Amino acid sequence: MRARTLPMSSGTATPPRAAASFSGDTRGTVSAGALPPGMFFARRSAFLTLAGLLLGSVGAFLLALRAGSLDAGWGDVFAVLGGQVDGTLAVVIRELRLPRAVAAFTSGALLALAGALMQVLLRNPLADPYVLGISGGAAVGALSAILLGAATWLVDGAAFAGAALAMLVVFGLSRGDGSWTQSRLLLTGVIVAAGCGAVVVFMLVMATDTRVQSMLFWLTGDVSGASRPWPALAVLVVGVLATLPFARDLNVLARGELGARALGVRTRRLRLLVYLLASLLTATAVTLVGLVGFVGLIVPHLVRLATGNDQRILLPAAALAGGGLLMLADTAARTLVAPIQLPVGVLTAMIGVPVFLFLLVRHPR
Amino acid sequence: MSVTAQPLLEADSLAVQIGERWICCDLSLRLMPGERLVLLGPNGAGKTTLLHTLAGLREAQRGEVRLQGRPLADWPGRELAQVRGVQPQSQPDWFAATVMETALVGRHPHLGRWAWESGDDVRIAHESLICMGLDHMGTRNILTLSGGERQRLAIASLLAQQPALYLLDEPLSHLDLHYQMAVLAHFSALARAGAGVVMVLHDLNLAARFADHVVLLDGSGRMVSGTADAVLQADVLSAAFGHPLRRHVIEGQVAFLIE
Repeated sequence: MRARTLPMSSGTATPPRAAASFSGDTRGTVSAGALPPGMFFARRSAFLTLAGLLLGSVGAFLLALRAGSLDAGWGDVFAVLGGQVDGTLAVVIRELRLPRAVAAFTSGALLALAGALMQVLLRNPLADPYVLGISGGAAVGALSAILLGAATWLVDGAAFAGAALAMLVVFGLSRGDGSWTQSRLLLTGVIVAAGCGAVVVFMLVMATDTRVQSMLFWLTGDVSGASRPWPALAVLVVGVLATLPFARDLNVLARGELGARALGVRTRRLRLLVYLLASLLTATAVTLVGLVGFVGLIVPHLVRLATGNDQRILLPAAALAGGGLLMLADTAARTLVAPIQLPVGVLTAMIGVPVFLFLLVRHPR
Repeated sequence: MSVTAQPLLEADSLAVQIGERWICCDLSLRLMPGERLVLLGPNGAGKTTLLHTLAGLREAQRGEVRLQGRPLADWPGRELAQVRGVQPQSQPDWFAATVMETALVGRHPHLGRWAWESGDDVRIAHESLICMGLDHMGTRNILTLSGGERQRLAIASLLAQQPALYLLDEPLSHLDLHYQMAVLAHFSALARAGAGVVMVLHDLNLAARFADHVVLLDGSGRMVSGTADAVLQADVLSAAFGHPLRRHVIEGQVAFLIE
């Protein structure tokens, strides 16, 4: 027979619930000295993780400005950041590397944040920003524009329009009779994504060789063409700020819809908000750089391993980690086999697949 | 025991329906602070649905439920969660978390939008874990817990919520004998301290021992409600569950013997 602490034999050891508040009522058994260890330490270490990720992102940003075929020293990088105007090197850093680094950071952060939100929304750790067909819609839009030989900004516009359309279709269909279950949402999204995939293949078959090249770059994700990342960066900032007031609600929602409602969370409204926000973030990222894979799936998992599943820490940490990681990956993509530039999506997939398989094997659940 | 004039929970001619099927057509009940109501009935009779209706998680087709004299529909969600707590039937967990974090989830309605859990919240959660014998595993990952430990954690999380009214959906599932008794004794102690308890149970002997009132649903829309003594009779129960049983009183305790 196991030895057991006798939990309660009478009313004396129970935490008596007072009518309104519990203030100062310690009629229980616990003194402050017996508080469980780790709780506050955990929060402090989570904040340290955030600070570390911020530093890491800044480091990746500086590295992205320095690395490249035209050799730059740290002095040059800081001089350009400090406002120096002249010289080829300064122009290369300011006009080429800086927007590209910002685009990589922004899209990585958008995707990681969207992925973390989707995982809570669908209560499925394997969800990613593309699972609900938003990427498929964007791909159909972008590839149609490329097929017709449209200008870059039109491709971007078509991608965003396609993403928005897919979002509306999935949302409208999954609502159906008004019930809005996550399995229905997931199924609708997966089917819409599959349909878009078929259309994409059709367009690839129909396209001429030169067009196919740029289509493939778009499909694997490519940061080189992203010269105007600033609106997307604004969306990212708004997105991160918008999640913060609801982060603890999301913690509760991640434990189950019914329990969340019982705890006073307005789950209908919250899920709608999360869905729209994650969709907007994904659409923005996809419009900026195409379909960069695995960031949205892997990064939330990596961050969860480091900080736990508290969305108040996880969401900003995932954004920072995703941004920093994609900046590093893009720097590697354009320097590893220079002068050839790899699509960054290929690199994230090549890093992401083994990392993810490793995590799955190590954490069977 | 002092009983205030205000009932904790009241239902007036409540009619509850799932799809086309009626769970109950005209249920009226009133639960005073300090009282325990047990919902009984065969599988699929609608116990959970009725519990959710009483909790305000589901609307009734007709009738009204009032908590502390105020219709449930008039309660803002967060305020309601400070006064009534629900332990849903056990659900799977999808994400890793520690036992302590999970117990702290119960503090959610007591925290402002920007507030973090304070030392008081941690203390309350820790006391709840002590009640369920889980305090030594506060840092354990919930995905590694056994079924009984998960159930105790769900109850600990509800205890940390500190509501005035507890609604429990099969609180004893997966629990061994020791913890079945411990949980029921604990909620009885909370009732003596002034709380109200509504619980779905399956064990008739435990119901006989821990219920003040009983609502018995038979699955076909009929229902019997009243004091535990009145409802827990052999003929009534035999008819509802479709299996003959006999009622004995052994050393002052009611016991049902299944034939």
